[in-house]
Amino acid sequence: MSTPRIVVTGIGASSPLGGTAPDSWSALLSGASGARTLEHDWVEQYQLPVTFAAEALVRPDTVLERPVAKRLDPASQFALVAAMEAWADAGSPDVEPERLGVDFATGIGGVWTLLDAWDALREKGPRRVMPMTVPMLMPNAAAGNLSLHFGARAFARTVASACASSTESIVNAMEHLQDGLADVVIAGGTESAIHPITVAAFASMQALSRRNDDPAHASRPASVDRDGFVMGEGAAALILETEEHAKARGAKIYAVVAAGGVTADSYHITANDPEGHGAARAVRMALAAADASPDDITHINAHATSTPVGDPNEYQALKQVFGARVDEIPVSATKASTGHLLGGTGALEAVFTIQAIGARTAPPTINITTQDPEVPFRISGSPMPLGDGPQLALSNSFGFGGHNAVVAFASP
Amino acid sequence: MAFTNDEVLAGLAELITDETGISADEVALEKSFTDDLDIDSISMMTIVVNAEEKFGVTIPDDEVKNLKTVGDAVGYITSHQA
Repeated sequence: MSTPRIVVTGIGASSPLGGTAPDSWSALLSGASGARTLEHDWVEQYQLPVTFAAEALVRPDTVLERPVAKRLDPASQFALVAAMEAWADAGSPDVEPERLGVDFATGIGGVWTLLDAWDALREKGPRRVMPMTVPMLMPNAAAGNLSLHFGARAFARTVASACASSTESIVNAMEHLQDGLADVVIAGGTESAIHPITVAAFASMQALSRRNDDPAHASRPASVDRDGFVMGEGAAALILETEEHAKARGAKIYAVVAAGGVTADSYHITANDPEGHGAARAVRMALAAADASPDDITHINAHATSTPVGDPNEYQALKQVFGARVDEIPVSATKASTGHLLGGTGALEAVFTIQAIGARTAPPTINITTQDPEVPFRISGSPMPLGDGPQLALSNSFGFGGHNAVVAFASP
Repeated sequence: MAFTNDEVLAGLAELITDETGISADEVALEKSFTDDLDIDSISMMTIVVNAEEKFGVTIPDDEVKNLKTVGDAVGYITSHQA
């Protein structure tokens, strides 16, 4: 029996650019930035060295009913909002509960719940640590709650591979569908970790941009003067299903999930392998699985976080695979607009990649002042046309721990 | 300052609505937390902990299982106020 083709039939997102996938895409195309000065007392209270981030534009607890929102960490709230949008967008598929699965990731999990409980314990004692604390903070909370909400009984799985998490989740979802474990899977990832501790911690490791006086121009991947990433938050969700199932119900098909590649560096717990071997292997793995050559790739949504070392490492990794052609492929580094959603970033960029295929347009990469000669991607502050031919696009994600994940989407 | 029965009932109804979305009108003395209001054990404990803070009482875990109805809770709280 041949491997079934897997397609995308629904997308959803709650991001720093908008409360839905179409709103996020429109803002991205217009060159907007989601980064803003943080208006929280704790920024001043703790004298944080970084005072801005890309918070989600629409708070999920203003979308969900209060009793629902109250039982969910913000990370799970974002997941539910994005998944509800994707599910409706897919036409609310009629699928047996035992044939509906969930692959939903997070990088950090319910950090707000955990630390709010710690505050309650210290200030008011153990009685004030709420009984929902553990089910809200656990990293599988989003997957479990999506399973509960949508009646998914095939499986509900959570992968945690830091900033590669949700790309890995999408690859896993594709494989679970190919393996016949489900007919439909809700895939994606979420993060809500803009907390004084994570801001302090990322700042401590010199990972964050310090452009406190100019948040909207702080995330500048591939620009020679980039100085770190900008924390983002939110979630994105994709409805994946077998092509057979999608066609049988007459669903619209956004894209084919052509292939995935997942590898590990075993080089350093946070630094990329400077030679990019693991990342390059993940890309080659995806190309091989898609039965494609490097010449077939028409667009890349790069991981490109705007850190001094990460961006050239990714360029080097891609150059190993694509050779000189790497400078011809339209690349987008959408974290320039969205900031870095950590465990949610791969899913959001997968949604953007699918939208790019649909619109035959690579979204702009804002904030490039002078492009770094060490990162000479074909990248632009304006949207770039992708041409009329068949599209095969990559979305790359790399995470602390040495995780590399790549997913390839093709025009249907 | 001691709370009256009516004040405790109204305050409890607020906590129940906040936790579960059940309309405050539904919360009456004779209603069973489990059979009528469909409140699970985790929500019940959340309501209890919030009620302790709101009314300045302590409701030991062993007592919670005896609070079958809203009236039981109102009675316990009013009779154990400091």
